[in-house]
Amino acid sequence: MAAIFQGVGAAAPLSSSLSNSFDSNKSVFSPRRSFSVRKRASFAVVRSDGIVNLNPNGRSAQRLVSNAVATKADGPAASSSSKPGHELLLFEALQEGLEEEMERDPRVCVMGEDVGHYGGSYKVTKGLAKRFGDLRVLDTPIAENSFTGMGIGAAMTGLRPVIEGMNMGFLLLAFNQISNNCGMLHYTSGGQFTIPVVIRGPGGVGRQLGAEHSQRLESYFQSIPGIQMVACSTPYNAKGLMKAAIRSENPVILFEHVLLYNLKERIPDEDYICNLEEAEMVRPGEHVTILTYSRMRYHVMQAAKTLVNKGYDPEVIDIRSLKPFDLHTIGNSVKKTHRVLIVEECMRTGGIGASLTAAITENFNDYLDAPIMCLSSQDVPTPYAGTLEEVTVVQPAQIVTAVEQLCQ
Amino acid sequence: MATAFSVPKFAAQPFNPISPTSQQKPLIFPTAASPFLGSTRKLLHLSSSSQLNLRRRSSGSVFAVSDIVKEKKSTSIPSLLITKEEGLELYEDMVLGRAFEDMCAQMYYRGKMFGFVHLYNGQEAISTGFIKLLKQQDSVVSTYRDHVHALSKGVPARAVMSELFGKTTGCCRGQGGSMHMFSSEHNLIGGFAFIGEGIPVATGAAFSSKYRREVLKEADCDHVTLAFFGDGTCNNGQFFECLNMAALWKLPIVFVVENNLWAIGMSHLRATSDPQIYKKGPAFGMPGVHVDGMDVLKVREVAKEAIARARRGEGPTLVECETYRFRGHSLADPDELRDPTEKAHYAARDPITALKKYLIENNLSGEAELKAIDKKIDELLEDAVEFADESPLPPRSQLLENVFADPKGFGIGPDGRYRCEDPKFTEGTAHV
Repeated sequence: MAAIFQGVGAAAPLSSSLSNSFDSNKSVFSPRRSFSVRKRASFAVVRSDGIVNLNPNGRSAQRLVSNAVATKADGPAASSSSKPGHELLLFEALQEGLEEEMERDPRVCVMGEDVGHYGGSYKVTKGLAKRFGDLRVLDTPIAENSFTGMGIGAAMTGLRPVIEGMNMGFLLLAFNQISNNCGMLHYTSGGQFTIPVVIRGPGGVGRQLGAEHSQRLESYFQSIPGIQMVACSTPYNAKGLMKAAIRSENPVILFEHVLLYNLKERIPDEDYICNLEEAEMVRPGEHVTILTYSRMRYHVMQAAKTLVNKGYDPEVIDIRSLKPFDLHTIGNSVKKTHRVLIVEECMRTGGIGASLTAAITENFNDYLDAPIMCLSSQDVPTPYAGTLEEVTVVQPAQIVTAVEQLCQ
Repeated sequence: MATAFSVPKFAAQPFNPISPTSQQKPLIFPTAASPFLGSTRKLLHLSSSSQLNLRRRSSGSVFAVSDIVKEKKSTSIPSLLITKEEGLELYEDMVLGRAFEDMCAQMYYRGKMFGFVHLYNGQEAISTGFIKLLKQQDSVVSTYRDHVHALSKGVPARAVMSELFGKTTGCCRGQGGSMHMFSSEHNLIGGFAFIGEGIPVATGAAFSSKYRREVLKEADCDHVTLAFFGDGTCNNGQFFECLNMAALWKLPIVFVVENNLWAIGMSHLRATSDPQIYKKGPAFGMPGVHVDGMDVLKVREVAKEAIARARRGEGPTLVECETYRFRGHSLADPDELRDPTEKAHYAARDPITALKKYLIENNLSGEAELKAIDKKIDELLEDAVEFADESPLPPRSQLLENVFADPKGFGIGPDGRYRCEDPKFTEGTAHV
């Protein structure tokens, strides 16, 4: 099951809550109702159901259902779970995922600033210290480089730390450890030491947080060999990605977004993970492929509503895996629509969009009818003033214009 | 005997690390009354021997340990610090370290190894003095000057030499090189090229040990971690951050400073506001100890207590070992800045010569036996070089193998299969 956004008709109540919440005057995203979830048999959904499937061959076999993407008719009968699931907010989903993994494996521990007694600055680790103790949920001093390195050393000697950056931007101080040790040591040690860490934290442009607290580190980290990067955007994939990242033997950087923590969704009760390397089909379509991730997914879906009213049929994919890219999902989509628009919150220069543009051009150039368009945030330190901040990131109106331009 | 390695220049008084040169006329390099050569600051004179109680658990104590050793020697029946077996083990380890590094230099100039190679000549007492006290499960974290730490920890000379030659039989399959010696079997957790980078990793290894004991309830887990680094690193933020965390959580770690007075061409005195590094321990709540790092027996005595402290769960210790590197910073360093007098002074305190003298004077061994050990080491090294020479270079297929522990991390290719399933992946020709 996945929180898949429906075609506009069925989701009118959904989109109204979206547009209300993205009113720039509101400070907190608070949908008036939970997103209704339809179980779809798209390949992304099938992947994420129930059991972890780590067998790549088995995985290829399941690829055959990829063409089921367009079907809308699947109702509750197609759902693989009869349980109704439970509703929660995104930060609670992250916490649930973390807590379940800590129960499952005693080697999983958390380290970061204010993760213990304070419960985490965004409450992702709330209650965990009481339950698991001060050593398993470790409140560190303000020394990002060193406690990240400490997490890496602990991972090399058998533990599975989840390292929290209170804000992703703070991890710039830990760049030395993340690049040199986290990414490289498995290789330079000739495979002798694994580093199964998860480095996570909130990033992205918030509500007038100022330039330094509004950074998008995915562009800085993407070149580091040996790490994987994923970005969550819904409570469903937040919990799934958190669990998958913890279980992975590779170091994974999980990007959360400051404005998405209060998203509400109904998620399954049973254990599930979201595959770290896969993208998520949000809305199938025919005319144009829109690739996005994290918060921009919601701007895209809002623009999609307008576009559908104007007669366009955009296909929206949440790429989720920022490194490596899921070229299969993306490629299939390009082959179908022949037009690509990338919408991201990353900076224009050297961002995820830039890499993605290069990857698509390299692999699927023959299938493109028009040059790839990439909408990114401007190369500007995010201003404090709300009006200025609003124009540094991509807004739905720009997305609509871009699609119209692309589809001429 | 144990302590009085009297250096010709200072023969007038027995060697006292607290104030060796105070009454002498100034030497060529700038010193005043100095606790160790090269420093311009006076050390607090701790004259009362009762204050220098190594076993007192106050975290504020700062002292130079060799006084205790001297004291022990004079008050009790003359007892030796080591047994014959221990003595020979120490001697062999130091000779192995020295001979290995000399062989490295030879091989480098013959074009068998490349890049940055940092040799440990002169500092063997520290590696041997500390690491020979460890168990296999204890961890060692080093810097780029790590060949001898690897050897002392038990990594075979063959594996280290092959690694230096870049062969696939090296301890890191040829992928690490001189500055990245790792061994999971011997718990050698690097080998780091940037200074200070390994200290947090060492702190993490110590954290693991504490976690195992307290959370995973492995009651007998008392693994200790040793972090080796130099004087230059002691001005780096990671050093201070880790001193804080280790003391805060009482981690089982010993921070060993190999103060050889020089960071490439930067003298410790020119880089550090307060050159007495051991004093920085008590500022964070752990004992700071200064020891003569050219004397393996003194180092061993300090190491015993520091390691035992960590094992007992009492927390970290900062040990500053005064030492010297006989060669340049690396094989590329012309080593023009250091004063020949300074070099001569330390050359006269060669730890291997000193131990040899101790063993012979105390009838623990004889010339013949020690020469036999020298010969054994020479043969070992010949064998190591031969092994490395004959080992194969890494094939192309090795290129992508260890980038990820789980190779699914390379992602899904356009054809829908995981990239790692592509046969070009195992051949090493796939572009990732």
